[in-house]
Formats: sequence, structure tokens, C-alpha cells
Amino acid sequence: MPNIQKLQDLTTQVRRDILRMVHKVNSGHPGGSLGCAEFFVALYEEIMDRKDHFEMNGIGEDLFFLSNGHISPVYYSVLARSGYFSVDELNTFRLINSRLQGHPTTHEGLEGIRIASGSLGQGMSVAIGAAQAKKLNNDSHLIYSLHGDGELQEGQNWEAIMYASAKKVDNIISTIDLNGKQIDGTTDDVLPMGSIKQKFEAFGWTVVEIEEGNNMEGILEGMAEAKSRTGKGQPVCVLLKTEMGNGVDFMMHTHAWHGKAPNDEQLEIALKQNAETLGDY
Amino acid sequence: MKIYENTGNKDTRSGFGAGLTELGQTNENVVALCADLIGSLKMDAFKANHPERFYQVGIAEANMIGIAAGLTIGGKIPFTGTFANFSTGRVYDQIRQSVAYSGKNVKICASHAGITLGEDGATHQILEDIGLMKMLPGMTVINTCDYNQTKAATLAVADHNGPVYLRFGRPKVANFTTENQKFEIGKAVNLTEGNDVTIVATGHLVWEALEAAKVLNEEGISAEVINIHTIKPLDSTAILESVSKTGCIVTAEEHNYLGGLGESISRVLAKNKPAPQEFVATNDTFGESGTPAQLMDKYGLSSKAIIQASKKVISRK
Repeated sequence: MPNIQKLQDLTTQVRRDILRMVHKVNSGHPGGSLGCAEFFVALYEEIMDRKDHFEMNGIGEDLFFLSNGHISPVYYSVLARSGYFSVDELNTFRLINSRLQGHPTTHEGLEGIRIASGSLGQGMSVAIGAAQAKKLNNDSHLIYSLHGDGELQEGQNWEAIMYASAKKVDNIISTIDLNGKQIDGTTDDVLPMGSIKQKFEAFGWTVVEIEEGNNMEGILEGMAEAKSRTGKGQPVCVLLKTEMGNGVDFMMHTHAWHGKAPNDEQLEIALKQNAETLGDY
Repeated sequence: MKIYENTGNKDTRSGFGAGLTELGQTNENVVALCADLIGSLKMDAFKANHPERFYQVGIAEANMIGIAAGLTIGGKIPFTGTFANFSTGRVYDQIRQSVAYSGKNVKICASHAGITLGEDGATHQILEDIGLMKMLPGMTVINTCDYNQTKAATLAVADHNGPVYLRFGRPKVANFTTENQKFEIGKAVNLTEGNDVTIVATGHLVWEALEAAKVLNEEGISAEVINIHTIKPLDSTAILESVSKTGCIVTAEEHNYLGGLGESISRVLAKNKPAPQEFVATNDTFGESGTPAQLMDKYGLSSKAIIQASKKVISRK
């Protein structure tokens, strides 16, 4: 049984990392990062079967691809705290000569990153390719990917979604961060997408819904369910309902903090709501 | 001067197909993807021989490029196949982020490049692809001249670790380079020796350059013809050595003069050894429907155009 308290403590520390990283450089994307903190912690600590060191080809382990690369703060924090690189390096986020670029990249050789992302809509195709390579290599491990809900407005996703079911890519679990928000407002304001569940189902995917995407036990249960649906001839989609800015009261229930950093005073309030657990970097 | 024999007209895309077929037998990591153009790209044999390593992605080129990038992560060497227009302009951002910036070992194989695609017209005749691809950091850009060279290049790029844009075409053209040649990426091939003018050509224009050199030779003008099959990285040593001897240069390509081989060579000359240069290329225009020969003539890409450019550039020395 996973130690839920331990996972929650790590999540709180990840929140602090995210807030401090974006505050320091007065840029970056805290909203979506905070909303996915529990998911990343669950994924790297409990769900994925991964090696303790980084190999680009990822043979013999589960792999994760982040398509909505702007939530790099949560990705970097969790990668560092999972041992891929030193947590001290989080200090270099978005600074000149850093491996922690604004959006994730393989270009600087940062352990844990297998593809650049940031220009939206490309990650699912890459994840599908990696899944098909696993099949060719007779590697029974899984591919996980994460995508924003607003990101589904990019057409390439639908090419990929159509392809994955047609080719029975059933070793992939693609999670959609359903926070209902994007830069210009709610997804319903910007471009209503109707039922994402029905769309994935119509495209031949198995859909698992996680109603409480910021609840650790809910995530673990839902992802276990998703994993049990793999290997059955259909790709698996997880609809993860999250709250953008989760864990910081003034960043929740608004799209305002999608790509805005807190000032000194706001940081102090936010950190007070997330007391240090494992130690700041 | 050395005379090259056309052993029979063949399409460069069939050279690609033959190379890919051979790779299927010799390299189990090679996989192939196609966006609904298997016949046009001559990928039928690879598909038939290795169905488990062949991915028909449908008319979805962006997805194809992304899948190819993902396949490299499991150690595969993906060859994507579609027309040059859909291999580059349509999927530029996918190539930029998922392949080039990510440093993925994807081979983007593009047929029907340039104006000799013919009757389908300008929607399909990309004349900007060399420029688009050479601007991407880390991208190797190759434009082969005949069947034999295309086959050799296809084999060679599989052994090169890094993204490659391999450009070839639709029409049957002279096949004159040697069978089973060794293809060295980034190494120019000197075809004829000459003292009066250097003619550097790529792709279908290489044969036209040789035809031009024959006519010039009869008129007492000695042309040194160099085949630049690799536009990036460019063999600047070969170019500078030749221009040191001839003092002027004509560049010839089936591409817009903006962004093409000619501009790459201008940069080498400007930095090292300024010399008169004439450009045989399309003049910042779209193409149109017509036969390949008609189009080559109308858009100034024939041996006739190379002869005129050679005389003009010699007069500027």
C-alpha cells in the first residue's frame, strides 16, 4: 500500500518548488503546474515502473511524455525529487545557460526529458511512436503522456487519436488535464469542445475518468484502473479533472495564473499555505 | 572532358525505394512510415517484406513526423515518406520541435520535389524546401541527382546518427553515376575538370550541368562541374578550391534562388573568396502545370540556362 501521507508531503514540497521557481525569474506557468502536482508525484513515485537512472531509449521501463510543456515547473521539480538530477539545479530555471529551459528540451541533456515540448499538440504522436517502438522491441512496459485540455484544440492531436485506435496502440495511457482553462479564459469561453469523453470514445479509445484529480488516492485508484485497461486492443485515455492553481487559494478558480508568477507578497502567502515538508532546494 | 553516359532514364524515387528495400534486409532497426503515398514513394517492397516495421499513417503528416520522433526513442531508425511539400512546409513546426530541436534520428524522405513534379501544379511543387530545412540547426540536407546516387544516399543516411532531409523527385531522368557507389555525406563530387568556370549543381540539375559543359567545351569553354549532393553540411573546401582555379561560379538547383544551394555558396564565397556568381534557380515564383521538360525550360532550369549563365559569369571576371 502506498504511503499517502508521504506522497502528499512530497506534493506540498513540489508546490513550494513550483512557486519559488517561477517567482525567482518572474515568469513561467504556475497554474497548470500546481493543478498537476499530485498527478506527477503519483506517476513518478507509484505508478510508473522506471529505472533509477536515465537512458534515452527507455527500453525495459515505463516512459512519460509531457505534451503541454509549459507546465515545466512541476515536471522539473518531480524529476529532481525523483533523483534524475540535483534539486539545487531547480535554482537555474529559465536562467541563461540552464538545462531547465522555459519549456522542456532534450537539447541541454537534462536527465528525464526525452522530447522537447512547448509548441502544443505534438506530444501524443511522439508518445504513440514510443509505444509502437516498445511493441517492436517486445517490451511490455507502458507509455504515459499528459496533455492540456485546451491543447486538444490543436488538430494534430486528432490525427494521433484516430491513428492510435486504428493501429491498436494499447500500451499507452494518455491523460488529459481537464482544468477547463486556457490563456484567454475558460475553454468554454475560448472554444467550447463539447464532451471530450464522447470524442475519445467515438475515436475508439477506452476512457477512464478521475473526478478528483487533485486527490492522491483518487489518482492512484484511477490510474490503476487505466493500467488494467491496457493490452486490450484499445488505447486508454484518462480524463483528470483538476483545479488550476490547486493548493494556493488565490490562484484557484481562475485562469489568471496560467502564465503569471507571484510577486514577493503573493509568494509569501502561497508558501504559508504550503509549509515546507522535505526541505526547500 | 570526361563524358558521362546515361545508362537509361530512371526516377530518383525508385532509387530511394531500392535503397529502402535493401536496408530492410540489412538493418533491423530501420522502420518506414508513409502518409498514403506508398506507390509514389516506391515503398511497396519494404512494406511487403517487413509489414511489422511499416506504418501506414494515412493522410496525417504531422502525426507521422511525431510518431517517427517517438520511434527513435526505442532505438529505431524511422524513414518517413511523402511528397516534399508535405514533408517540410506542412510539418515544419513538428520537424523543428520534435525532430531537429530534440535531436532525433529521423530520416525525412521527400519525393516529387521541385517543379519537375509537373502536371499537378504549384500546390505540390515545393521550391522552398531546401531553405526551410537547411535553416534548422543540426539538420543534414541532401538532394540527389539520379537513381544510383539516391539509392546510395538512402543507404548512407541510415548509418548517420541525426536528422536528415533527403530530397528526390518524380520524373525519369538520366542515370549516370556509378552503381553501388559509396555515398559520403557532406562530400562534393567533382565530375569534370575545367579552368574557365565552376558549375555547382544539385539534384536534377546535375545532368543539365553536364550537358551544358559538353556544349561549352565544344565552344572552347572549359567547365568544372561539381555535384553538391549535400547542401548541409556544405563542402566549402571543394567549392573554394575550384573557384580558386576558375575565378567564377554558376550554381544550379531546382529551387527558389532564395534559400537554396546558391545562397549557401554565396556565403562561403563572401566569407573566404569573393567571386562572380550566377544563379540558375527559380526566380521567387510559384510553379504551374506542365510537363517537366516544359517547366524546366520555362523557369530557366535547363542546360540552356546554365550555358547562358556560364558565359555571363565568365564575362564578369
